[in-house]
Amino acid sequence: MAKIQLTIDGNEVLAEEGSSILEAAREAGIEIPHLCYMDNLPSSGSCRLCVVEVEGIKNLVTSCSTPATANMVVKTATEKVIRARKTVIELLLSDHPFDCMTCEQSGRCELEKYAYELNVTGSRYDGDKHNYSVDASNPFFIRDYNKCILCGRCVTACKQIQHIEAISFINRGFDCKIAAAYDRSLRESNCIFCGQCLAACPTGALVEKSRIGAGRTWELEKTTTICPYCGVGCSIELHTKNDRIVNVTPASGESVNNGRLCVKGKFGWDFVHSPERLETPLIRTGEKGEGKFRTASWEEALELVASRLADIKSDSGPDSLGFLSSAKCTNEENYLFQKFARAVIGTNNIDHCARL
Amino acid sequence: MAGLATTFGSGAMTNSISEIRHSDCIFIIGSNTSENHPIIGLEVIEAVKNHGAKLIVADPRGISMTDFADIWLRLKPGTDTALINGLLNIIITEQLADFDFIQSRTEGFDEVRKMVEQYTPETVSRITGIMTEDLRSAARLYATSDKAIILYAMGITQHVGGTGNVIALANLAMATGHIGKEASGVCPLRGQNNVQGACDMGALPNVFPGYQPVDDDKTRDKFEAAWKTELPAAPGLTLVEMMHAAEAGSIRGMYIMGEEPALTDPDSLQVANALKKLDFLVIQNIFLGETGKYADVVLPGASFAEKDGTFTNTERRVQRIRQAIRPVANSRPDWKIITSISRSLGYAMPYSHPCQIMEEAAKLTPIYGGISYERLEQGGLQWPCRNLQDPGTKYLHEESFTRGRGQFTPVRYEPAGEAPDDNYPVNLTTGRNLYHWHGGSISRQSPGLNEICPEGRAEINPEQAAELGCETGDIIELYSPKGKIYARVEVSEKSPPGMVFMPFHFRESPVNQLTSDILDPVAKIPGLKICPVNLRKAKL
Repeated sequence: MAKIQLTIDGNEVLAEEGSSILEAAREAGIEIPHLCYMDNLPSSGSCRLCVVEVEGIKNLVTSCSTPATANMVVKTATEKVIRARKTVIELLLSDHPFDCMTCEQSGRCELEKYAYELNVTGSRYDGDKHNYSVDASNPFFIRDYNKCILCGRCVTACKQIQHIEAISFINRGFDCKIAAAYDRSLRESNCIFCGQCLAACPTGALVEKSRIGAGRTWELEKTTTICPYCGVGCSIELHTKNDRIVNVTPASGESVNNGRLCVKGKFGWDFVHSPERLETPLIRTGEKGEGKFRTASWEEALELVASRLADIKSDSGPDSLGFLSSAKCTNEENYLFQKFARAVIGTNNIDHCARL
Repeated sequence: MAGLATTFGSGAMTNSISEIRHSDCIFIIGSNTSENHPIIGLEVIEAVKNHGAKLIVADPRGISMTDFADIWLRLKPGTDTALINGLLNIIITEQLADFDFIQSRTEGFDEVRKMVEQYTPETVSRITGIMTEDLRSAARLYATSDKAIILYAMGITQHVGGTGNVIALANLAMATGHIGKEASGVCPLRGQNNVQGACDMGALPNVFPGYQPVDDDKTRDKFEAAWKTELPAAPGLTLVEMMHAAEAGSIRGMYIMGEEPALTDPDSLQVANALKKLDFLVIQNIFLGETGKYADVVLPGASFAEKDGTFTNTERRVQRIRQAIRPVANSRPDWKIITSISRSLGYAMPYSHPCQIMEEAAKLTPIYGGISYERLEQGGLQWPCRNLQDPGTKYLHEESFTRGRGQFTPVRYEPAGEAPDDNYPVNLTTGRNLYHWHGGSISRQSPGLNEICPEGRAEINPEQAAELGCETGDIIELYSPKGKIYARVEVSEKSPPGMVFMPFHFRESPVNQLTSDILDPVAKIPGLKICPVNLRKAKL
């Protein structure tokens, strides 16, 4: 790609030809505020927050949708620009609930962030406020349209990233909102519940049910790990508090999935905290197959396992024992398990369900 | 795995997921990609929509991927080998083969060339039900594309002739030179998060970690020296063979870690009987499950979120999993449990962290030689990764095949061992859906997934539904010589007439009570994709 030179905030900047002003600025370490723009996706230029001044152009331009050109002189934070941005935020806040103190997105909300940065404490604009009821009709997340700023990122994510097109804008003007076809529930639509719209949403309009009341965003610890479902090996981030998973998001940065997940990776983690989890070793009391057990200490259970394995081995030989390892366990555990079968017991009767 | 190991010398996915979008032609066969490997499905859609790739899908069912296909080869179930041989016949007849590649990189082509002569488009059309014109277009498209990649999964391997199917695909790739290059290759998509790793780490009856044969004296010497003990030379029993041996009484005790064979294995009633017969059964898992009911001792393991370790994904990428929470209740990570039992049996396993286990495994496993936790902090590494300087391997067989020359091997189409007949006229095929996973042992414990997808429905064609006099939501009985189950019907154009599809995630409709455990003779994979059954409307 050819490089072009331009000036942004007094700095000489080299940018790839064809990149937008916003991208060129970012390349130079200057972050321009934005709400509707998403990395590497077509931008609609609809939120108007990313406006900048360009020498020779009378009106402010949206930096996300205006290509950077050679010798352009851009100013990203003039008084005129800041005033325009403040107005954008004020207009958004004129129809937005002021419940940040209990909103799950607080601390991660981009509207909150820009209101803070631009010192917008309220709105000068009175007018109608939406009073939608919160849609909790699917098991995974709520949709609170009162907090929707109509940036369209969820629509773009659904269409461009997941290629599903379950949702779109409906109606016009004040009645405009995001909905599935015929404004039906997502369960009645072709939505596959991948949660890409949640990853895209800048506000608290789309929130995982598991997060509600489970902890403020800044209290959560984040751990990058790998999804336990299929063989793709998507990178995920576990958000946890007090030894409980609160939420899962696609890991940031380059990975196999590059910010995408499916319904199992995004929402299927709650088996970890299922009440059915085995909590302690058990020893059978009833008939085989009956499922009757008593609880036992680790010492007792492990001792019983070791002695019974040893007995059968000495009575009937190592090949009278069989070992099934697991495609769900780690490499290290599989390594140890086959080592146990081969070196400790002395049999190659070791397999797992690779063929199923 | 056995199929690719025969022809290429390595059974793993030849290319990387990120290469798919750079391919010019993607040929999906026996893979419901968007439901079973959703993110790979997205890469395929990305390739088709935004990178101009052409897509061929061979599947009896109208899966989502067929919506994006340029050519949909709707073959009759179980006729894959005939289809693939037929494509090769056209490619050879129309002079579209890559003879330079065949000559310089492979051996055994002549035999395969002769063998496919009988697979004329007309013959193959008769067997598969695909029109000759579609066969020709698909063959031409695949052969003449600059870069072409084959994706397959259990729809190819879970047949009694599964190994043959895979070999036939490898023949096709070698004959056209679509292998050993970026975005060109043969890619088995592995179904479980760490099934690749479990194979790599030697949880197989015939090989040590890194596919080093147990019956090779030099290899055994190496492991005996490292593990300081004598090791058995004879390959052991596979899972299904172990179940048969348990039934016969020659296996007396089993230790099952993190598996649910009483639900996922074919002929699962027989598995239950086998488990009942054991003198001693240890189950180590995070849930009791169906299998756990037969256990003498149950040991609570820790889930992926509660331990450190690595998983190896379908593209051979070793990636770190990290502990985020403490083990739930009184459970313990599986590796700790194994070390405790080993210690009780007088064999010390003095590891204090999984990184030490990987260190040992890497020393003994040449393809993992360069894997270390320190390096994995920078991101995953794809094996072969032989030393600490080795950046890993994006695609396999670039200059030569793992076994040297690629081995063409003739495979003939054999009609399925268990074909539908008058008593059992409908083909049952089993699989997964988007919302659940495998035996459901973890996904069925997720309240949300269960709410969205609470039951396994028997998907049948409207024609079949009319014959049975039932509609979506009605309950039908499915029966085979092995057993009978009930399920609600989902009437759908996805399944062709004469076929019923059912997911195997649901213990309420345990479809594997109907399936047979007749195995592919080489890979010992059961033929789960074809099972003759009969249907009737349930009397309630």
